[in-house]
Amino acid sequence: MELKEKIVSSYVAFENKVDMNSDIHEIRSKALQNFEDLGFPTKKLEAWKYTSLNAVLKEDYSLFPEKENTIELADVKKYFIDDIDAYKLVFIDGKYSSFLSETTHDTFDVCLMSSALAKPKYKAVIENYFNKIAKQDNLTSLNTAFANEGAYIYIPKNVEVEKPIQILNFTTGSEAAILLQPRNLIVVEQNAHVQIIERHQSLTSHPALTNAVTEIFAAKDATVDLYKIQNDATNASLIDNTYIEQKSNSVVSVHTFSFGGNITRNNLNFYQRGEHIDSILKGITIIEGKQHVDHHTLVHHIEPNCESHQDYKGIYDERATAVFNGKVVVDKEAQKTNAYQQNNNILISDKATINAKPQLEIFADDVKCSHGCTIGQLDDAALFYMQQRGIPRKEGKALLMYAFANTVLESVKIPEVKQRITKLIAEKLGVDIGFDL
Amino acid sequence: MKYTEDDLEKELETQEYKYGFYTDIESETFAKGLNEEVVIAISKKKNEPQWMTDWRLEAFRVWEKMEEPEWANVRYEKPKFQDIAYYSAPKEKPKLNSLDEVDPELLDTFKRLGISLDEQKKLANVAVDIVMDSVSVATTFKKTLGEKGIIFMPISEAIQEHPALVKKYLGSVVPTTDNFYAALNSAVFSDGSFCYIPKGVRCPMELSTYFRINEGGTGQFERTLVVADKGSFVSYLEGCTAPSRDENQLHAAVVELIALDDAEIKYSTVQNWYPGNKEGKGGVYNFVTKRGICENNAKISWTQVETGSAVTWKYPSCILKGNNSVGEFYSIAVTNNHQQADTGTKMIHLGKNTKSTIISKGISAGHSQNSYRGLVQINSRAENARNFSQCDSLLMGNACGAHTFPYIEVKNKSAQIEHEATTSKIGEEQLFYCNQRGIDTEKAIALIVNGFSKEVLNKLPMEFAVEAQKLLEISLEGSVG
Repeated sequence: MELKEKIVSSYVAFENKVDMNSDIHEIRSKALQNFEDLGFPTKKLEAWKYTSLNAVLKEDYSLFPEKENTIELADVKKYFIDDIDAYKLVFIDGKYSSFLSETTHDTFDVCLMSSALAKPKYKAVIENYFNKIAKQDNLTSLNTAFANEGAYIYIPKNVEVEKPIQILNFTTGSEAAILLQPRNLIVVEQNAHVQIIERHQSLTSHPALTNAVTEIFAAKDATVDLYKIQNDATNASLIDNTYIEQKSNSVVSVHTFSFGGNITRNNLNFYQRGEHIDSILKGITIIEGKQHVDHHTLVHHIEPNCESHQDYKGIYDERATAVFNGKVVVDKEAQKTNAYQQNNNILISDKATINAKPQLEIFADDVKCSHGCTIGQLDDAALFYMQQRGIPRKEGKALLMYAFANTVLESVKIPEVKQRITKLIAEKLGVDIGFDL
Repeated sequence: MKYTEDDLEKELETQEYKYGFYTDIESETFAKGLNEEVVIAISKKKNEPQWMTDWRLEAFRVWEKMEEPEWANVRYEKPKFQDIAYYSAPKEKPKLNSLDEVDPELLDTFKRLGISLDEQKKLANVAVDIVMDSVSVATTFKKTLGEKGIIFMPISEAIQEHPALVKKYLGSVVPTTDNFYAALNSAVFSDGSFCYIPKGVRCPMELSTYFRINEGGTGQFERTLVVADKGSFVSYLEGCTAPSRDENQLHAAVVELIALDDAEIKYSTVQNWYPGNKEGKGGVYNFVTKRGICENNAKISWTQVETGSAVTWKYPSCILKGNNSVGEFYSIAVTNNHQQADTGTKMIHLGKNTKSTIISKGISAGHSQNSYRGLVQINSRAENARNFSQCDSLLMGNACGAHTFPYIEVKNKSAQIEHEATTSKIGEEQLFYCNQRGIDTEKAIALIVNGFSKEVLNKLPMEFAVEAQKLLEISLEGSVG
């Protein structure tokens, strides 16, 4: 049975299992209908021109693993940023692990989507925000149809969350192949401030496919920092759909670090509904083997006097393929918009491929919009210079790549995260560099 | 001839679309509609050999099965392909030896087009092939060119006189199956220009084709084929105009350039089809396929100034097949009122050490939409490929839009690609500065736009540069609030 049929036919069983109030039920049924009509994306769609899911969709995924799986903290400790005190939301095979998690309900809520969807206490927030900005496209609809578990974070007015929140999704490999669909909702009220670190990790070599949807609402003057660490095993694929709505004077930054995984597709969408908004999108991608990373960004400037800054760096080795499709739309009313987009790529091997499509759609005249895109190699003269001075070629190369990626690393605000990323880059480049950046 | 600001002022006052006249020349037009019989009839009319008829029929059969492309960022009412007459020719076309024998009315048309043939013969040193309603009506300078062995003639004659050359190269760069409009063109094209430069010959003058749609209810489908043999050089100009009509006319041309080893082709276009009136009624649909192929050390350079047409869909491309070959694309696209343009280029790097440069300037005013769509593709065996792309857009007023859709596909690590794009408006300080010095706003804008487009204008041959500059100013007339 094809995956699509399997998914559609399992919907009734899913609905029976999760007893939800009628509003959500309606949203779900509509989304399922949507997915049934659209099906999985194919390369014929412009947005999926360079990324094929065919190979990934061939697996016979189990949709709702029954078993409760537990894992020892010691086994997964290395995946936490454990040198900082943090709230933790840990999901094992899509199920919440209260043992590994650390949540709170004082002053603000860091808790579960499933309980937020069910309990009357959260009804107002769910009604106002759930599925409001998520696109009605095929994969997001698929997630919405089965939306049940994930992180629910609500930060009320003027609250500055003192420590970061880590969201970790583990797959244990107890199923032969697993499809996970986490659904996150993050609402940050006026003048509130939060930092979030997100990670998907598969613990065995069994195939896993994650189709995640995250909706983030940043009210007036709010600040949100989101770090996505994508360093999964090579059998795990991720489709990460993130939708962010910003109100006046809010600042939201999203850093995406893509080092691992089989196929990784990031759909990152910003909608600016207010003035003096700043949206920051940054990413470092270092991949090799047969890995494939596809960054699809959208910044929609709807109102005047806003800014957006995009900076994506990529280093591709062996047979890796990468896509960068950055889209900036400036509406007629969005005068005085400043939109910058930068995409730099290095190909290390002759078999690696990069497909870039930096796209501008501009309907307002008084704007400053620019994009730059380069593809090149490491500077041989610089390498030679370092080798002359006793730095081995490998380390020299790594140094140059660090320098290349550094503009993105620089803006990481949590020092521990920065250190972790530096370490990951060193691992990825196969060097042991004992310096901090 | 020096063109002064006073001239501009005079022109701005009177000018809407100065080429909007209609010449009352008796012409022979086929009944509307398209089927195999029409294709065969066109071929018969042209006295074509059987292989040509078969080639057309094959293209027609492919076309029938194709669908119109929808991906371009333009909205328009689809042309009704059965409502177009596929052949229209000025009647009675005797063989001419000199211009004196040309119909005086026709000559008058050319005068009004600003291409006075006699004058050009003496002064501008340009050989012109004029294509009116898809039929080539006059080719000048045949004799002078003939001495050098250069063949420059209507393609219909070339099919008769040089069938081997035409057969070898026709459809070799743009195959009949390439796209919807190229297939249509292949089936029904009635004329166009053919040019062959022999080995090692540097063409002593600019070659030029003027296209004009005259009859209503017709489409223009011309085909240009330029072959530059080893080590030769040619500079080719192309201009186009059409009468002002309320209906949308279709122009679906195909241009193929072949630059053999060490050859260079410079192809310049000033496109000034009727853009439709202020409300966006009428105007020409300009759906053109232009492509060139470069062998070793060859160079193809496209320069275009796009000011006309209601809808433009055009991507002059270079296939850099040979090692060390070079492709260039310089473009200015101006859209005003309700015009829509989706234009750009494709640079396909196949050979080693290939280079390409893309400079695209888009200017949008009024309610127009202007898109740049380009592809830079570096294949895995194209070592040391180099590309530089720059697309700048200028917006005037907030009812228009400027869009860029660059595609960059790289499969070789030694490639060096740079792409940059900016969008901005005319600075208020710049305008203020000009105003302070007694230059009124309209003139100041013309000045600034000229500066903005200079990089491309500089690439045009002299005569064209003057015309292009004028066109820019006229196209933007009234776009300042």
